[in-house]
Amino acid sequence: MTRSARWIVFWLGAGGVGVLIVLALLKMPSFGGLVHPYRELSVPAAIGRSSPNIVSSVNFDQRALDTLGEETILLGSVVGAAALLRPSKDEREQLDQDEGRVLEATKLLGYLLLPVTLIVGADVVTHGHLTPGGGFQGGVVLATAVHLLYVAGSYKMLRRVRPKSWYQVAEAVAAGAFVVLGLVGLLLTGAFLANIFPRGVLGDLFSSGTVFYLNVAVGAEVTSGVVVLLSGFLAQALSVREVR
Amino acid sequence: MSVDPSWLPPLGIAIPLVGACIVLALAKLAPRLVIDVVAMTTTVVSVGAMALLFAATSAGRVVTWVGGWTPRDGTSVGIVLAADQIGAGFALLACVLTACALSYTWRYFDDAEAHVHVLILLFMAGMVGFSLTADLFDLFVFLELMSATAYALTGHKIEEPRSVQGGFTFGVVTSLGAYFTLAGIGILYARTGQLGMPQIGAALDRHGMDALVLAALVLVLTGFLVKAAIVPFHFWLADAHAVAPTPVCVLFSGVMAPLGLYGVLRVSTTVFGGVLPAGSLHGTLLVLGIITAALGATLCLMQRHLKRMLAYSTIAHLGLFLVALATVTASGVAGAVIYVFGHAGVKGALFLMVGVLLARKGNVDEFALYCKGRDERLTKWLLPLGALALAGLPPFGTGLGKALSEESSGLIVLFVLVSAATGGAVLRASLRIHFGLGPRPDDTDVDTTKGEGEEQEGRFPQRLPATMIGAIVALLTGGLLVGLVPMEAIGEGAQRFLDRAGMLAQTLGGAPASAIGSVDVEWTWSGVVLGLLSAALAVGIGFVGVHFGLGRLRAALKTPLHVVHRLHSGHVGDYAAWLVFGMAAVGALFVIT
Amino acid sequence: MSLLPYFVAGWLLLIGCFGVVRSRDLVHTVVCVAIAQSGTYVLLLSIGFQYGASAPVQGAPGPVVDPVVQALTLTDIVVSATVTALLLALVIQIAKRTDTVDPDELDELRG
Repeated sequence: MTRSARWIVFWLGAGGVGVLIVLALLKMPSFGGLVHPYRELSVPAAIGRSSPNIVSSVNFDQRALDTLGEETILLGSVVGAAALLRPSKDEREQLDQDEGRVLEATKLLGYLLLPVTLIVGADVVTHGHLTPGGGFQGGVVLATAVHLLYVAGSYKMLRRVRPKSWYQVAEAVAAGAFVVLGLVGLLLTGAFLANIFPRGVLGDLFSSGTVFYLNVAVGAEVTSGVVVLLSGFLAQALSVREVR
Repeated sequence: MSVDPSWLPPLGIAIPLVGACIVLALAKLAPRLVIDVVAMTTTVVSVGAMALLFAATSAGRVVTWVGGWTPRDGTSVGIVLAADQIGAGFALLACVLTACALSYTWRYFDDAEAHVHVLILLFMAGMVGFSLTADLFDLFVFLELMSATAYALTGHKIEEPRSVQGGFTFGVVTSLGAYFTLAGIGILYARTGQLGMPQIGAALDRHGMDALVLAALVLVLTGFLVKAAIVPFHFWLADAHAVAPTPVCVLFSGVMAPLGLYGVLRVSTTVFGGVLPAGSLHGTLLVLGIITAALGATLCLMQRHLKRMLAYSTIAHLGLFLVALATVTASGVAGAVIYVFGHAGVKGALFLMVGVLLARKGNVDEFALYCKGRDERLTKWLLPLGALALAGLPPFGTGLGKALSEESSGLIVLFVLVSAATGGAVLRASLRIHFGLGPRPDDTDVDTTKGEGEEQEGRFPQRLPATMIGAIVALLTGGLLVGLVPMEAIGEGAQRFLDRAGMLAQTLGGAPASAIGSVDVEWTWSGVVLGLLSAALAVGIGFVGVHFGLGRLRAALKTPLHVVHRLHSGHVGDYAAWLVFGMAAVGALFVIT
Repeated sequence: MSLLPYFVAGWLLLIGCFGVVRSRDLVHTVVCVAIAQSGTYVLLLSIGFQYGASAPVQGAPGPVVDPVVQALTLTDIVVSATVTALLLALVIQIAKRTDTVDPDELDELRG
C-alpha cells in the first residue's frame, strides 16, 4: 500500500476505536474509588497464609498458575532469543584483541558496586514474601550484578565467570523446580500448586509456605535467564563475526 | 489405577513444562537421540493424559481450582480450569499434532539444536493451557505463551531474510492484538472486580449492556481474532506460514489459528453471553466469516508459493469455521469442531508433503517444480488425495465437518465453492508438479511471492526417513478417521460448551455436572452428495487451472487482483493500520447487527 | 478530572499503534509496541488505585490499594520485556540479512 492509503486506513480505524474507547472510559468507575471486590478477598487470604507482601501472595499462591505461565513465557523467550541470536552458518565467534580502555573511576565504582548489588539482589529475592520485591525483581538485580564485570572489567572477564551453558542448565533446573513444587502439591493435597509447606509465623523468613520457595526458584530462573539473554545480544554486538 | 479427573488439566500443562526443562538441561550434555526420545516421550505422555481427560469429560465438565482455592459462598481468589469435551478435544488435538510434528522433526532439522524441541514443548503447554482455562487473565497469559514461542519458531531459519521478516511481522501484529485484549480485560476488571470468566459473566449479568461492555468485548476479541487470522487481522498468517519450518506450520495451521476462534466463542458466550444479544453476535461473526472465507479462497487460487497457498487455504477454512460457529447453536459448533479436527489432519499432511518437496527439490514454487515431481512416489498419490480431502471428499473428517456446518448455517453455496477452490488450487499444483500436465506455466506477474530461494530443510537425496513418512500417513489417516469414527462426544460437548448456566453453576456454586442432550453428528445423504460435488468441482478447477494457467485468469481480472495483492504488502505498518481499522469495523458490526 | 488516568492509558495504546504505522525503522517499531503495552500498565494500575490507601504490604496504615492489578502488571511487564527481546533479536537478524531496517524497503513477502 502507498503511505497515503495506509494513513487513510489507520485514521478511519483510529477514529472509530477512539470514539469507542472514550465512550467506554466515561462509564468507568471513578479513579481512586473505594470499590475493589477482588482486593477484599485477596488481602485476608494473604494474611491467612502469613504472607505480608500481598502482591507476592497473589503471584505465588492465589494466582500461581499465572506466574507459572509467565515464567514459562520468560523461559521460552530466552530459549527463543538464544536460538535467533545463534551465529549463522557463515559466522563464528571471534574475540577482538583490543578491548578499549576502562576509566579507573569506572573500574573502582564497578568493583565496589558488585558485592553490594549481589547482596541487594539476594535480599530482594529471599524477602519477596515479606517486603516489596520478589523473585523477578531480585533476579534482574542479580543479573545486573554479573554484568558489572563487563562495565568495569572486560568482555573476556565476563565470559570467564559466565559459562553460558551452565546458566542455561540453571535456568532449566529453576524453571523445573517451580513445576515440580506444583506437582508435589498435587500429589500431597490433590491441588496443583497448592501451598503445602508450613505457614510459619507472620514476618519470619521461613514463613508463608510455598511462596518463599517459589520466589527463590523464580529468582534463580530470572537471574540465569537474563544472563543467557544478554549474552546472546552481547555476543552479537561484540564477538559474532562473519567469516569467509 | 484410576486418576482423579480433576488432576488431568493441570497435568496437561505441567507435563510438557517438565519435559521442556529436562530437554533444556540436557541440551549440551546429551546426544541428539536422547533429546528426541525425551521430547517424544513427553508428548506421548501428554497425549495419554489428554485422552483420559477427554474420556472423563463425557461424564460432565471437569472443574479444577488451581492451588485448592475452591470457592466459598461463590467467591474465590484462585484460578479455575474447566474442561468440557470441546476444550479437552482441542488440548488433545494440540498434543497429537505436536507428536506428529516432533516425529517429522526427528530427522528433519539437520542442525537442529535442542532449542527447537524446547520451544515446541512450551508451545504445546501454551495451547493446552489456553484450551482448558476458564480464567480470562490466565487465557491472556497462555495466549502470550503461544505467541512468544511461535515468533521464535517462525524466525528460526535465521539465514533467510524472509524467515526473520515473517517472524517479526507476526510478532508485532500479534503482540498489539494481545495488548488490546489485556486492555479489555482491565476494563472488565474495573467494572466487575473479577478475572474468572464465570465470575465476570455473573457480574455482567447484574449490570447489563452499555458502551463499556461493548468496548471491552471488541478489545478482548481483538487478540483472538488476530490469532484466528480473520480478515482484516489475517495478514500475518500467510507471511508466517510461508517461512516457518514445515513441522511448525502443521501446529500453526492445524490448531493454533483455530484456537483463536475457540477463544472468540468461549469468551463471547461465557463472559458476554448474558448481556450480548444473540443476533448481534451471530451477525458480526457471520459477516467476518464470509469475508474471510471468500478472500482466503481467492488468494489461495492465485498463489504459486506452495506454503503460501496452503496458508491462504487455512484462512479460507478459518472463515468457514467462523461461519459455522456464528450460528451459536450446538449443531453449528459441533460441525465446526469436527471440521477443525479433520482439517488439522489433512492440512498437516499437506504441509508435511510440501516439506518433503522442499527437502528433496529445494523449492516450493509451483512453476519451478513443473514436471520435477514425476519420480516422487509418496507425494505423487497422496498430495492429490489430500487436495480432494481438503475440498471435502467423503468420508474424510473435512467432509463430515463441512456437511454439518453447511447444514446448520444454511450457506451451502459458500461452503461448496470455498472448499472446492482451496482443494482445486492444491490439485492444480500437484497435477503440474507430479504429472506434468498442461503447458509449461509462464507468469511474469510481480505481485506474488515466488517459492524459489527458500532454504532447503534437511537433505534426503536417497530415501525419506520412516519417521517423516509415518507422520504424513498418521495425519492423513487421522483426518480420515475423524469422518469415520462416531463423534457423539463432540455433539454432546457442543451442547455443554454453550450451556452457560450449567458452567456458572458448576464452577461457582459447586453444583454437580448436569445431564445434557446431544445433537446428531452423522453423515446425511445431502452431506455426502455435497461433499462429492465439492470434490468434483475441485477436480474441475484443478484441470482448468492447469490448462488455462494463472496468467490468463489473472489478465482477465487484472485490476481488482492487483489491488488485493498490493494490500498484502508484507509491510508491518500496513498490518498495524488494518488491525486498528478492523477493531473499529468489529465494533461497528456489533452496533449495526 | 477523575477519569484522566484512563484516558492516558487509551492514548498510549493508540499512539503506540500510530508509531508502528508511521515507523521508518524497525527498532523504532519495537519501541512503539512497548509503548502500546505501557498503556496497559497505566490502565491496570489506575484501576486498582484508591485515594489515601497505602502499598499492599501488611502493616501499612489504613486500607491498601488493590494488590491483584499490581500482580497482573508484574506479569505484563515480564511479557513486555521478553517480547521486546525476541523482536529485537529478529531485528538484528533482519538487519544482517537485508542490510536495512526500513520497513518500506522490505518487500520479500507480498501477495
